[in-house]
Amino acid sequence: MTDAPTISTKGARFDFASFFRRYAAVAALVVLLAFNFAVTPNFASWQTLNVNMTQVATIVIVSVGMTLVIATGGIDLSVGSLMAISGALAPLIFLSAFGRAYPLLGDLLAFVIPVAVAGLFGAFNGWFITRFKVQPIVATLVLFIAGRGIGQVMTNGNLQVFKNPIFQFVGLGRIFGVPFQVVIMLILVAAAAWTLRRTLFGRQVLSVGGNERAARLAGVPVASVKRWVYAVSGLCAGIAGLVVVSINSSSDANLVGLGMELDAIAAVAVGGTPFTGGQASVVGTLLGALLIQLVRYTLLANGVPDAAALVVKGAIIAGAVWSQQRGQTS
Amino acid sequence: MSPNGPLLVMRDIDKRFQGANALVGAQLEVQAGEIMAVVGQNGAGKSTLIKVLTGAYKRDGGTILFDGQPIDFASPQAAQRGGISTIYQEINLVPFRSVAENIFLGREHKRYGFLDWKRMNAEAAELLARFAVDIDVHRPLMEFSTAIQQMVAIARALSFKARLVIMDEPTSSLDEREVAVLFDVMRQLRAQGVGVIFITHRLDELFQVCDRVTVMRDGRTVATSRMADVDKLRLVASMLGRDLEAVREGSTGFSAASGGAGEEVLSANGLHIGRKVRGAGVEVKAGQIVGLAGLLGSGRTEVARAIFGADPPGAGNIRLMGRDVAPREPAEAIALGVGYCSEDRKADGIIPDMSVRENITLGILPLLTKFGVVDEARQREIVDRFMSRLAIKASSAEQKIRELSGGNQQKVLLARWLCMDPKLLILDEPTRGIDVGAKAEIQSLIRELADQGLGVLMISSELEEIIEGADRVFVLSDGRTVADFPHSAVNAAAIMAAMAHDATATVPGVEHD
Repeated sequence: MTDAPTISTKGARFDFASFFRRYAAVAALVVLLAFNFAVTPNFASWQTLNVNMTQVATIVIVSVGMTLVIATGGIDLSVGSLMAISGALAPLIFLSAFGRAYPLLGDLLAFVIPVAVAGLFGAFNGWFITRFKVQPIVATLVLFIAGRGIGQVMTNGNLQVFKNPIFQFVGLGRIFGVPFQVVIMLILVAAAAWTLRRTLFGRQVLSVGGNERAARLAGVPVASVKRWVYAVSGLCAGIAGLVVVSINSSSDANLVGLGMELDAIAAVAVGGTPFTGGQASVVGTLLGALLIQLVRYTLLANGVPDAAALVVKGAIIAGAVWSQQRGQTS
Repeated sequence: MSPNGPLLVMRDIDKRFQGANALVGAQLEVQAGEIMAVVGQNGAGKSTLIKVLTGAYKRDGGTILFDGQPIDFASPQAAQRGGISTIYQEINLVPFRSVAENIFLGREHKRYGFLDWKRMNAEAAELLARFAVDIDVHRPLMEFSTAIQQMVAIARALSFKARLVIMDEPTSSLDEREVAVLFDVMRQLRAQGVGVIFITHRLDELFQVCDRVTVMRDGRTVATSRMADVDKLRLVASMLGRDLEAVREGSTGFSAASGGAGEEVLSANGLHIGRKVRGAGVEVKAGQIVGLAGLLGSGRTEVARAIFGADPPGAGNIRLMGRDVAPREPAEAIALGVGYCSEDRKADGIIPDMSVRENITLGILPLLTKFGVVDEARQREIVDRFMSRLAIKASSAEQKIRELSGGNQQKVLLARWLCMDPKLLILDEPTRGIDVGAKAEIQSLIRELADQGLGVLMISSELEEIIEGADRVFVLSDGRTVADFPHSAVNAAAIMAAMAHDATATVPGVEHD
């Protein structure tokens, strides 16, 4: 009755700010593609697409978990280190006496165990955060530092070199010409987007990020939701670690996943997921990662050095954050 | 300098926020060497008045004279330099730095360009000694109790040569002994000719330490009086804006109570929660609206949250649905059939960026899933049913809840619980900040639900709501249940008398421990 007018005006007004925030990455991507088709030699080729998709796949896989974490209002700095652990563990398994004796079982376990271990470390992050009410950035800093150490201790700091076609299918194989890691990436993006939209868990993730106190008072198991989110982030990092060592045919716990946490956070930011939690777009994250990758490729393909590409990457992130700010204030 | 005039005169102060009047011609006068209490209900304008004084807010009208001079501070820092210091409820000092550093923060003594620690430590110790506080000023502030930290804040205020000290609910986190120390300090300030403004919700404290009291209500100054000339009952009546007898009848959406109470759904007694609740109890039967009345700070919300498992009590018994269970988490209480609409919709109720649909089904969602996937058809069916039943006005179920009016947000939160078919619903200030039309709708809905067998525990600061709505009323005062009235015995005078109640007296029918 008395309050009807405010509702109708607000509901009907076109929200330019949120439209801009949501589609800024898409628009930038379209512009970049158009530029490349016009300028970059040999851009419109299957190979260019494959190169770009292959390079972006690991970032996207990690970013999917990161998106869920950020949707709860948290952050996960440990993903790069968890990649190193998973990447170090896999060759240890299939190169072991047991792995050589039973190659098929060894290869299977070399997939399952590292990913599970990374997931458990992720669950540890979640437990640490919820049990002791530690800020996520501090709690995950623990494994960010210790994780890489754990990976090096497992391998005695040695570089593990290997050639194992079955295991390496994860990084080098193709399905109908599409690189296998790209397939994994697309499946994970689709699964996460669907989970956020349609499942109880997804809705609870967003409600915890949207208003944790209200969610708790409505009976949402806040602590368990958070633990699962960090566990999923760990699982994603574990998969990404396997992809990276497969591509390299070697595992160096010192280098696998180095700086990945920042690339993933950047992809989420550019993709339009606010860091305050409560809203998330996995597809946006995919677009964000593609945008960053394409900018880098465009600059390199046109002879701009990598160092300059980093500056441009920073500028994109700044631009994304700026557009988010606009979305919030207006 | 005007040695005989009042230290502070605030006259006809107006302040508006986006068209809403927060202060309307408010007055405040403090003499040097006087402790002036400022009291009022939530939203009465006490803190707005203080913020206008210290320059945190710009006033829209009125004059402020300090020591006879007109003043207009740009910020609390400027006010501090001008001789007006504020001690906040949460102490805003630096916990990791030493006591002396905290006292001199921002205007450290220097010698040859270096910090003169010797002098600062000596002066800090001397300042604290004035309050008989003898502590090692080299130690970090966080090693000391809240009370001592408050003394440090006061010492800091005095080191600014403060002539007026404002204390905003300084006693809320102190125990009785610490409160006594603080009062000693206040009396010393008074003896030194400093003016003190003391804001508190505890009426007992006023009579212990204050010289005069200013009562505020709805942004106005409604009374100023010497402490010796008032009693608690008069204070309560003037805070609530009631003549002791007259309460408008028929001003709420509650129809007369039907009376038919069923089985007990809640029984709590001897609850102790932190320092705020010290022996509270309530009882609710199916089909009954039970009012929980009390002044701000009497522990009403704490009791509600304890029953709901949000902040489990330190001691006491809680029986829900006839079973002895003290829920440790809201989820446990919900499983037993309890719902809770909190007082602060924004902080504890809505998920602002989610739709009306999702906000309604937030609690029931686990029951609407198959293998973890939300059954959207059933979800929509429930949402449609409750949106029309509660007449929730939104452009669609997909509109974000933060875009709705307060009344509609409250209805969504009610729907969140009602769709789970609870046996007990705890409503904390269910109609606060809601326009008149929606208010009456919500009140009649609550009655209708109770008639259908729901047990309701309703906290309200509005006497009409309690008097007309409740079948039974419990009154809390200073964390204790001090009265229990059946509907027939409920009237404004009785409730106000109980609110102002001296906690030591006994009330028939209520257990004390």
